[in-house]
Amino acid sequence: MKIYDLGKVTVGLVIFFLVFTFPLYYNMGKATPPPEPNIQTEAIAAMSEPVCVENTEYMRANHMKLLNEWRTSVVRNSNRAYPAFTGVRYEMSLSNTCMECHSNKEKFCDSCHNYAGVSPYCWECHLQPKEMK
Amino acid sequence: MLEKALKGSERYWGWLAVLSFFIAIGFGAYLYQYFQGLGVTGMSRDVSWGIYISQLTYLVGVAASGVMLVLPYYLHNYKEFGKITILGEFMAVAAVFTCMMFVLVDLGQPSRLLNLFLYPTPNSILFWDAIVLNVYMLLNIVVGWTVLQSERKSMPPPKWVKPLIYLSIPWAFSIHTVTAFLYSGLAGRHFWLTAIMAPRFLASAFCAGPAILLLIVFILRRLTGFDPGQKAIRALAKIITYAMITNLFFLSLELFTAFYSNIPGHKHTFIYLFAGLEGHYALVPVMWASVLLGIFSLILLIPPRFRNNEKILIIALMALVLSTWLEKGMGLVVAGFIPNMLDHVTEYYPSVYELAITVGIYSLGIFILTVLFKIALEVKKEAAS
Amino acid sequence: MDSTRRSFLKILGVTAAGLTVRPSVEALAMGVKPKGAAPFDNALTAKRWAMAVDVGKFTGETRKAAIEACNKAHNIPHYENHLHEIKWIWEEGYKHTFPGQENEHLPAEIAREPFLVLCNQCVNPPCVRVCPTQATFQRPDGIVMMDYHRCIGCRFCMAGCPYGSRSFNWFDPRQQASLKDAEGNFSPPNPEFPSRTKGVVEKCNFCAERLAKGQMPACVEACKNNELIFGDLDDHESEVSKALRKHFTIRRKPELGTQPQIYYII
Repeated sequence: MKIYDLGKVTVGLVIFFLVFTFPLYYNMGKATPPPEPNIQTEAIAAMSEPVCVENTEYMRANHMKLLNEWRTSVVRNSNRAYPAFTGVRYEMSLSNTCMECHSNKEKFCDSCHNYAGVSPYCWECHLQPKEMK
Repeated sequence: MLEKALKGSERYWGWLAVLSFFIAIGFGAYLYQYFQGLGVTGMSRDVSWGIYISQLTYLVGVAASGVMLVLPYYLHNYKEFGKITILGEFMAVAAVFTCMMFVLVDLGQPSRLLNLFLYPTPNSILFWDAIVLNVYMLLNIVVGWTVLQSERKSMPPPKWVKPLIYLSIPWAFSIHTVTAFLYSGLAGRHFWLTAIMAPRFLASAFCAGPAILLLIVFILRRLTGFDPGQKAIRALAKIITYAMITNLFFLSLELFTAFYSNIPGHKHTFIYLFAGLEGHYALVPVMWASVLLGIFSLILLIPPRFRNNEKILIIALMALVLSTWLEKGMGLVVAGFIPNMLDHVTEYYPSVYELAITVGIYSLGIFILTVLFKIALEVKKEAAS
Repeated sequence: MDSTRRSFLKILGVTAAGLTVRPSVEALAMGVKPKGAAPFDNALTAKRWAMAVDVGKFTGETRKAAIEACNKAHNIPHYENHLHEIKWIWEEGYKHTFPGQENEHLPAEIAREPFLVLCNQCVNPPCVRVCPTQATFQRPDGIVMMDYHRCIGCRFCMAGCPYGSRSFNWFDPRQQASLKDAEGNFSPPNPEFPSRTKGVVEKCNFCAERLAKGQMPACVEACKNNELIFGDLDDHESEVSKALRKHFTIRRKPELGTQPQIYYII
């Protein structure tokens, strides 16, 4: 078997390999510590027992799905009240309910989102709370 | 067969380089539009579609016109078109692709384009337009490519391709009909609300598309020595002539209905186009130029001794293409918004960015067309030798 | 050997199809409402919302108050260039509100005083018919809503609306001076309502977000003298039904069959 242009093919493969593995050696030795979303806000501190609309494990894994369902429910089905697992009914609103407690967007939302490299575009329309300085 | 596109003269590569330059400029302008918003175009709350959607409309016609070669060749076994039918099919591919690019740059949220298919909505004509355009492009790629490949191997085309060819014929009519429905089904836009919108589109398509193809064939003949034969050229010129007569006839029908019925809403846009409305005249020169060029082209096309003289034919075709472009690619879409739904007149002038993007997309389309034609002609040359 | 390869390819094809179909089915199933979600108890509900505009009661000031209330409630930016305007409710002269109905010798106040125009919340909305993604849709109570998350910005609805009631975000509304504070930060008049993003279409939503909390639409609330009468047309005893029985009303372009739900008491 004869490979044509072996030299050029090899150079091409080497370049491809280098580009493809770029993230690996670029980030070598630069381990980022896992984020710790911060829930130290006035509103949460004022609660006798901090509770969200669902329990922490559920929220951590599924908040994006929940928000997506909320969005459909509010905009398209006009159902705007959500019964939390505690039985309390909340307005299904990112800006007006979620961010009421989690008013520290930078330390709460962004810390994980930046770590995971996701940039949800919620904030192009929905209001961010004024960060507490 | 793709390798045929990779070997060419300096002139071939130079031409592709020139096109790439305009594509790059267009892409740069698009990036600016993408980040700033569509406000950098000349479009407005009142004239919410502009030159992009106009080009979509015009190019759907160019794409559909491939059928004017396919139909005589395959249905009536008109052998004279044997050499150029593939060009018609490949032009259709490039034209549909260009159409889709124009839709894409017109979207406010292009990243959500797939919502069209994620939430399929059969009551929207735009949904059907997306389907018919995509399928038409696919049909022409498959048919053109397969037939060309068989020609290269000096074999008859495979049997399975025949039904696809027959399907592509009504499909060509469907793409322009559905595109006309985008406009002709809108309550309150009197200028567009006309049952002959689809026939008008087809008439202008069947003259403009083959005219463009014929002009390209003349250029190719000079550059590459490709000759489709005098009979094919004359037959196509005849088709173009009849279609152009129909096109202008249909336009005059619109004028009759609007002015004889004397319904203000039906007249306003025509008055705006031909005489100006409330001190606004932007499209008046465009429309008169279109009509006069159209009549001029017919004067040159109808008498056989003019039409059969290639020098005169070329002038006639250029006048015809310009005439139809001014009418479909400039007048028709924009004028439908004037006056607006509240009887105000807001005019539209495309911005520099918009024009740069438009030129860029056309360059991309011509790039694809060049490559496809190069492949087709090389294969034909090889098969003939 | 060839046949085994063929059957292998077939299985491969079917698997690939399955892998693509399943996520799409799941995506479609996402419309299922979260369990237990419901409207608030105090939400204002109706079978068919409608509004009567008592033209004669309006003054320049009340019209302005209604427009201002809406602009504030919905964070509507102001554009200097009229080409890029966003308008949910605004003023138009008689001949622009009712084109083709300009009788000679109109009463002076009709010829002179502007009318308030807004989305007609049509019973047969052409915008909904033409939207390719159902980003604009009709609720069971008649409100024609926009789902800004889904809109691709094709502007077919703007071509389709016979009333010019739709606006497109030609630029990012947040970059407009009218929605910024002195330091240049985005600072909307109503922090509870989102802004829009560039590239989507918007229009009057009959204050769906206020109705859901038991409040009347912002423009209605701003008109203290019942200039705007809002209610359920399906309810015989509602104020708006009574108003329509009592007064002769006209609607914009009724000949198009859209059935506008904004009635003008002349």
